Amino acid sequence: MSYRRRRRGSRIRPYTFTGGRTRSRHPLMVQTLISTADPSIDPPRNLMPESERILLLCRETRSVAEISAELKIPLGVTQVLLSDLADQGLVYIHPTITGHSPSENQVLERALRGLERLFQ
Amino acid sequence: MVSNDSSSDTFSKMSTKIVIAGGFGAGKTTLVGSVSEIEPVTTEAVMTEASVVHDDTTAVPQKVTTTVAMDFGRITLDEELILYMFGTPGQARFWFMWDDLVRGAVGAVVVVDPRRLADCFDAIDYFEQQQRIPYIVALNKFDGQLNYTGEEIREALEISDNVPIIDFDARDRSSAGHVLKELLVHALANSGSQSELVG
Ligand SMILES: Nc1nc2c(ncn2[C@@H]2O[C@H](COP(=O)(O)OP(=O)(O)OP(=O)(O)O)[C@@H](O)[C@H]2O)c(=O)[nH]1
Ligand SMILES: [Mg+2]
Repeated sequence: MSYRRRRRGSRIRPYTFTGGRTRSRHPLMVQTLISTADPSIDPPRNLMPESERILLLCRETRSVAEISAELKIPLGVTQVLLSDLADQGLVYIHPTITGHSPSENQVLERALRGLERLFQ
Repeated sequence: MVSNDSSSDTFSKMSTKIVIAGGFGAGKTTLVGSVSEIEPVTTEAVMTEASVVHDDTTAVPQKVTTTVAMDFGRITLDEELILYMFGTPGQARFWFMWDDLVRGAVGAVVVVDPRRLADCFDAIDYFEQQQRIPYIVALNKFDGQLNYTGEEIREALEISDNVPIIDFDARDRSSAGHVLKELLVHALANSGSQSELVG
């Protein structure tokens, strides 16, 4: 075979996702689950329409990507709105399992057992 | 949407993610669709291009926005644990997005069309260079026989010895599910050897 994978030296990075704005405050990844903190109360009056829609939608738990897709709000914007809602205590950000710490191994094993149940 | 059931507290739910990467048309969306409990969903990210560095028609730096679509699927593993699968955009020019998609992933599958090996160079390159996320290589057989053995492909693509290479049929639910299990087994075997601060 004549294929050789080429090595790239440095990578240019011409784009930004959200300007890094949400990064330091909340671990909001595409898979992170979000729930409205108190589904029994109405959203506060002063919210932007998109934020209000997020609060109503997340009365049932959803991931950041699902919120973005269902409300047709680009991912980066969704992350910024969620970060602001989290600052105001209006949404709950669920733990995200990354497998990067050995303490998460039990959850990874649960994940594997789940897959084994589903795909014999 | 994750259905609320009364037997478990909503707030105890958690999620995890694997990334499905690979060349253009290699079968990433097909894999996700075979195992997902929902139709693969497409979401869009608007990217702001700081300056024009490719498709370069004018030499003048300017701001341009580009919309990138990515698709994802979901598997409810148990009542409190949801697995999301995210397909990376096939076009190589979108590799810069991978950091955002890959961040916090338990692992990645690089789907390879063995008839068009060159198309997966970018993906293999990416995962070989970043040493944080465990990955496996899955050869999508399409209809035919594989012309090369896994080891020939390992050598051609310069894939590390410890990276599993398996073949599968992206259209087949159980075959695609087997790929996910292999990835989890590989991630568990490697856990502790990687570290990344998240959040
Ligand atoms: N015959 C056959 N066709 C397949 C198989 N896997 C995928 N395809 C077809 O190949 C085409 C590309 O598959 P996709 O799953 O869309 O590939 P992809 O990697 O998501 O492509 P991009 O997102 O465009 O990069 C589709 O028309 C599929 O139906 C396979 O195992 N056998
Ligand atoms: Mg696709």
